[in-house]
Amino acid sequence: MRPFEYFRPSSLADAAQLGAVSGAKYIAGGTNLVDLMKLGVEQPDRVVDLRDVLEQEIQELEDGSIRIGAGVRNTDLASHPLIRRQYPAMSRAIVAGASGQIRNVATTGGNLLQRTRCVYFQDVSRPCNKRAPGTGCPALESGGLSRGLAIFRTSEECIATHPSDLAVALVAFDAELALWRDGQERRLPLEQLYTSQESAPGRETILEPGEIITAVHLPAPVDGRRSHYVKVRDRASFAFSLVSVAAAVELDGDTVRGVRIALGGVASRPWRARSAEQAIQGAPATSANFSRAIRDELTTAVPTADNRFKLALAHNLVVSTLEELI
Amino acid sequence: MIEHELSLYINDRLHQVVVDSRRTLLDLLREQLRLTGTKKGCDHGQCGACTVLLDGTRVNSCLVLAVTCEGAHVTTVEGLGTADALDPMQEAFVQHDALQCGYCTPGQICSAIGMLDEVRRGVPSHVSSSLEAVPAVLDEREIRERMSGNLCRCGAYVNIVDAILSQVG
Repeated sequence: MRPFEYFRPSSLADAAQLGAVSGAKYIAGGTNLVDLMKLGVEQPDRVVDLRDVLEQEIQELEDGSIRIGAGVRNTDLASHPLIRRQYPAMSRAIVAGASGQIRNVATTGGNLLQRTRCVYFQDVSRPCNKRAPGTGCPALESGGLSRGLAIFRTSEECIATHPSDLAVALVAFDAELALWRDGQERRLPLEQLYTSQESAPGRETILEPGEIITAVHLPAPVDGRRSHYVKVRDRASFAFSLVSVAAAVELDGDTVRGVRIALGGVASRPWRARSAEQAIQGAPATSANFSRAIRDELTTAVPTADNRFKLALAHNLVVSTLEELI
Repeated sequence: MIEHELSLYINDRLHQVVVDSRRTLLDLLREQLRLTGTKKGCDHGQCGACTVLLDGTRVNSCLVLAVTCEGAHVTTVEGLGTADALDPMQEAFVQHDALQCGYCTPGQICSAIGMLDEVRRGVPSHVSSSLEAVPAVLDEREIRERMSGNLCRCGAYVNIVDAILSQVG
């Protein structure tokens, strides 16, 4: 590991200033960053510890929305009574990821900013367009390992997937971020945090240097909405998803009044299946309708020979999850 | 090399040390303080051999930078019991023959103690059938899921689960 300066600021203003310089990285839980520093993937000159400046609370606001401090640990978020009762897909998403030890340390903000677990990205002896722009992508070459990688292509140069389960559930619930910069807080839909990555797979978020996620806002719960998170992986526990789905449904008799579908493990960011949602909304809640809708959504997917199975997996997972919710 | 002065409590004793900013809590314990009960397995947070209790919760000490631990309270396997007065979880591992080579055992024991505390605090797991049932009822399936961050390459899982089940209050 390369030597680095360490700072533990006591105000957001100091943290923003310390973190705005090139070569600086913020650390909160550090479960991903420290690992990547050991691998040589991340080589910061300066590490700025946010533990004393990030919000640690989960608050219910007057309008019924919920503000989750970016410093709230994954375990505490999954366990919170408001979350498990009103947003069960979120609790389920968190406990479907990592291990107990890691969830105790990892934070809400850090979870959203973790890096892909693509084997080529994590191996500095191999080319990688995300880590070292322009060097190539072994996953896209014949014989490359792409079983776990994306089927929706947001870039021609990289098919790495975003690894977070929590982000998938949050995107389904239309969560917004509170971002802090230059003394001002602004709101941004979480979906817009992640760039399209078309020409620069290394630039994954729109965050500017020195900009800090301070909280996540969840819109007020909707009466009658049921939600669930289902994840398929190569082993029963402590593994990243092949495909996961966060779904929420509200019914009006036998008709779907509202539906949210977000997929994990299929793209460089949580994939909100908007065309499938449009096809399902207002239509009878039948398996045939769900099947047709997600099949149409998947027509734009471009799988590799290694991960073609994700098409059927994603289809079946969405249909069975929606069936469970009606 | 960039060094920092650091004060932290390990097994209730205050230690004042100087650490390289790159040093992990695991390496501080083993290399600087010679508390070698905590083991290094993968060094990437996947095997759980380095599990300790940090301010009361179980963590992978290999993924924690020591410099971030100012003022923290760390409990390692050395702080749980003594050879004459074992912690009940240590005693249970002995009684149930919950090990073969023993390398993963300090991490398994610290993790099991932290895990039981999580259950008491109402933390759900991936296999909890209901998110409303607090605390979860601990059976073999729950224990296997909640302990999935601790590998045992000898495969002593059957007896590890029995040892932990015997400590479910």
